[in-house]
Amino acid sequence: MKHRSLPLVFLLGGIAVLGSCSRENRILRQPPPANDTLNTIQISGLNPGANLIPTPPNSNMYQESAYAVSEGQKLYEEYNCVGCHAHGGGGIGPPLMDRNWIYGSEPGNVFATIMQGRPNGMPSFRNRIPEYQAWEIAAYVRSMAGLLPKGVSPNRTDQMNIKPAESSTPEQVPTGITGVPGQPK
Amino acid sequence: MNSARHLAAYLAVQAKVLDPGPHSVLHSAAPQAGHIEWLYWFTFWILFAVFVLMIVAFTRASAKARVVASHPLPVIEKDEAGDRRAGWAVGTAIGITVIALFVILVVSVITGKRVEGLTSKNPVTIQITGHQWWWEVTYPNSQADQTVTTANEIHVPVGTPVVVLTNSKDVIHSFWAPSITGKRDLLPGYSSAFWFEIDKAGIYHGQCAEFCGLQHAHMGFSITAESVNEFEAWQQQQLKPAAEPSSSDAIRGREVFLTHTCLMCHTIRGTDAGSHLGPDLTHVASRKMIAAETLPNTAGALAGWVVDPQRIKPGTQMSPNPLAPDDLQAVVAYLQSLH
Amino acid sequence: MAVAEAIVANDQDTGESELARSLARTWNQPKGVWGWFCNTHHTDIGIRFMVTAFIFLLFGGVLAVLIRLQLIRPENSLIGPDLYNQIFTMHGSTMIFLFAVPMMFQGFGVYIVPLMCGARNIAFPRLNAFSYYLYVGGALVLWGGFLTNTGPDVGWFAYVPLSGPQYSPGHRADIWSQMITFTEVSALGVAICIATTILRHRAPGMTLNRMPILLWEKLTISIAVIFAMPAVMIASGLLLLDRLVGTHFFNPAEGGDVLLYQHLFWFFGHPEVYIIFLPGAAIISTLVECFSRRRIIGYTPIVVSVVATGFLGFSVWVHHMFATGLPQLSESFFTAASLMIVIPTGVQFFCWVATIWNGKLQFRLPMLWCFGFFFVFLIGGLSGVMLASVPIDLQVHDTYFVVAHFHYVLIGGALFPMFAGIYFWFPKITGRMANATLGKWHFWLFFIGFNITFFTLHFLGLRGMPRRVYTYGPDMHWQGLNMLASSGVVFMTAGLLVFLINVFRSVRVGELAGNNPWGDAGLEWSMSSPPPPYNFLHIPTVSGRDPLWEDPPNQPVVVGLRDDIRETLVTHSLDADPQHKDEDPGPSIWPFLSAVTVSAAFVGSIFTPWAVPIGAPPVIATLIGWLWPRGQSPTPRPVGESWVR
Repeated sequence: MKHRSLPLVFLLGGIAVLGSCSRENRILRQPPPANDTLNTIQISGLNPGANLIPTPPNSNMYQESAYAVSEGQKLYEEYNCVGCHAHGGGGIGPPLMDRNWIYGSEPGNVFATIMQGRPNGMPSFRNRIPEYQAWEIAAYVRSMAGLLPKGVSPNRTDQMNIKPAESSTPEQVPTGITGVPGQPK
Repeated sequence: MNSARHLAAYLAVQAKVLDPGPHSVLHSAAPQAGHIEWLYWFTFWILFAVFVLMIVAFTRASAKARVVASHPLPVIEKDEAGDRRAGWAVGTAIGITVIALFVILVVSVITGKRVEGLTSKNPVTIQITGHQWWWEVTYPNSQADQTVTTANEIHVPVGTPVVVLTNSKDVIHSFWAPSITGKRDLLPGYSSAFWFEIDKAGIYHGQCAEFCGLQHAHMGFSITAESVNEFEAWQQQQLKPAAEPSSSDAIRGREVFLTHTCLMCHTIRGTDAGSHLGPDLTHVASRKMIAAETLPNTAGALAGWVVDPQRIKPGTQMSPNPLAPDDLQAVVAYLQSLH
Repeated sequence: MAVAEAIVANDQDTGESELARSLARTWNQPKGVWGWFCNTHHTDIGIRFMVTAFIFLLFGGVLAVLIRLQLIRPENSLIGPDLYNQIFTMHGSTMIFLFAVPMMFQGFGVYIVPLMCGARNIAFPRLNAFSYYLYVGGALVLWGGFLTNTGPDVGWFAYVPLSGPQYSPGHRADIWSQMITFTEVSALGVAICIATTILRHRAPGMTLNRMPILLWEKLTISIAVIFAMPAVMIASGLLLLDRLVGTHFFNPAEGGDVLLYQHLFWFFGHPEVYIIFLPGAAIISTLVECFSRRRIIGYTPIVVSVVATGFLGFSVWVHHMFATGLPQLSESFFTAASLMIVIPTGVQFFCWVATIWNGKLQFRLPMLWCFGFFFVFLIGGLSGVMLASVPIDLQVHDTYFVVAHFHYVLIGGALFPMFAGIYFWFPKITGRMANATLGKWHFWLFFIGFNITFFTLHFLGLRGMPRRVYTYGPDMHWQGLNMLASSGVVFMTAGLLVFLINVFRSVRVGELAGNNPWGDAGLEWSMSSPPPPYNFLHIPTVSGRDPLWEDPPNQPVVVGLRDDIRETLVTHSLDADPQHKDEDPGPSIWPFLSAVTVSAAFVGSIFTPWAVPIGAPPVIATLIGWLWPRGQSPTPRPVGESWVR
């Protein structure tokens, strides 16, 4: 009888060894903010001389965690990003459901946009919100454009939903094609 | 000497075991909880009698005809007299059960009516909204500037019926102050109302009773029952805009508050901070506890909470604020000035 | 084969031994690893169900120990809220879905029902095997999720909106709802097998009013499962749609309803309690009759009570929702219904007392566990009467008082009878007696530990400690009682260890049991222990409620079933007259393969909707393989030939 349970034990053990899944990680206590994150973020590909500016710090911690993206979704509502960008469709501010982003679509770019503000209305949230929240919002904003895996993109909220959930946002034409921002449906 | 002190401490802890504590169901301070407490003991003694009878019956039955031999032949012949006696006994027992259950049902329904029956034409109305993981408390008034908004610490006048309107911003919570009355779920999408009334002045503890996520354990509230005059004074105080800071520390603290992350979530009436994501801090210094009854409202606890709330309530919506030490001191001084 | 040969050696009649050999050849289950997956015999599948469920009892027990460790003192930082929420959710889900129902309903029922009916195998044996593999699939999904930090953390009831898409990001709640689907499909499959076996495969003469009480309870539960499980599958299915597809069944902002989920869940959840408790009560009825050495008193009232419990169980679900603020009139109705369900349980208790009183009690090990059941379940039942009352419930709902209540009811109503049943049927299952001394140690350790832990929780609840809190403050006066409650865990753990030692020891060196060590009346004691692969050499007939006690030595047996193919007898569902023959489909790998493909589709659908269209063809292919006609139909019987001799 007992040997029958062995495969089960091995299987469960094997799954445990495979390690925990970063998608499910919930970072409740944030690491202290990095010094001078903003200055290391590259906004455009153009550089004087050789490409000396280091690449943006890796924010995978937030981009890969469903919990962080969901927090970003909540903060996006709460901090009234909706006021200008609506639920990704744009309004006063540009739409976020497409990928034609003036200041780049890498996590670091979005983060810098939030923290520094941009001309023509985008306010700076520096010192207004903690850095990790900006990373979470950046992760959520990228999920609206389908830039995050479906597994971490949030589904519908418990509010009125006037657009499809981020986890069912269709894959869009790759970036690089500049032109008219996509029309929200 | 040392061991004597240890012994004394140990005995003190043991004595505490007998004290039911501030959250006991059987420690009513209000008529409704009193009715329920009475019903509890009424039911308890009926059921205790049933329990004793059943245990006696099982003991008698098993002691009566015990055989030690390992394989006595089963009794197949009809024992008509015995079966008839058994039939009567079982029938009587069922009859008693039915009567007991009926009595419990009737008394329970009557008590339920008495508990639910509280009503008044001129109640104090309180709107309670559940948030992950704190309670928003407003005293709605037709005039907007007469509406009191506070958090976690509810004040009510003694001897006046209170109607509580419930709602939830996110998930299901349950409002429960055991010494006042039974619990009521706060359901998103449903608004409901229930009543209570407190006889004795005092501070009564309550806690969320429906599992609501990471910090369900730290979602407490308190109800302060006070005389009508004290209550009205409290209300007038709460209606005032925030006190102007007087000390230089507090003035600087307001500066820090308004230029850092605080104002993204909190309201301090009379300043630029006007967001409603977190508790209203206009009169935060008038509260006895912070973080939904998790910490005492002292300078040290406030500072610890502002800097690293995730250590105290992992998962709370409050973000950590790594302020410079003097900034932190200033903010705490400012918050403590908000009486 | 060794078993069959042993029987042959004991058999004097050469014709009989020839028949036994032939039947053993026909009903033999394939051996080896491949054969293990092909096995469809109910005793093997039943044992697998029970062993697997017992392993999950141990897993759930480990989680319980962690919970008690975390709560042992105020503001303990052993386990954080994130992990604690996963642990208590896993504990509840494991104990209910992976232990209690698979053990008490599926495993025990699958093993014992055909033996009690006098059948050679369960009806639909492949569906039965399929149900087992599906159950294992669900269990692996849940525990695989937990071990990869994807354990559900929303409570075993997973109330929306907390378990909805907004408040439960990631796949934790998906794992939970899909596990529900697995285990409920498994329970439904077994319910169909058991109900059909009871209704159509009873031995001739076992009319409905001669059926053992245990079969009545199994029949009632099977029907309750068939009605209750779809409700929870709808609830978890709608939750999955909300979470994965973005529907709005439970979104209050768009007309969805959070209370609808609770109604659906508890419409299943309360009958579930009786699905767990009734098998326990059935075991108690069987044991009380056996050890009182007399017929049970009040057969008819007990049967009526059992069936009434099955019905009334569906009319009390709202008492889980009193605090939601329903109208007082409807709450009073559900109070009345909840109190009413005490009556059938009371009837059973009174009949047990009367039977013991008028009988000649033999106080052997299984009976010790019965008395444990009487004591523990009585307390649980009486505190349940308190909870039926709306005002009291509003105070103690969602506190440790309720935790104490349902542990008294579920451990009392399932675990104590389970151990009684294990000690009682252990000789039938293994052929050897379990050690009675170790069994007594097991009982007293477990009984004392259980009462220390859970009786204390009543007081914690009355002191207002809510459920599902990962910690509490030092000024709440809860620490002393929590420490006491946690200390009982030591005794319970020790008791379980003694039990495991007892099982492993007794399987090897226990005293040989013989056919009927307790002198019981049920048909399952008429064949050798453990049962041969064909169960009964001749399908028996019965002439009373207690066949082995009442039937004369020359009781006729069924004739005319072939021994070279797996023929089974189908009888009338009411009076059990033989009607026709059917053929048992025999061992097959297809149930296992179907379960694998279905599991793959279920699990895949958590991650991508494409798993449904991509996963469907393999499922269809395995089903085609399973259902492929084999072209054999039972040989028709000559008209007018007698079935029995």
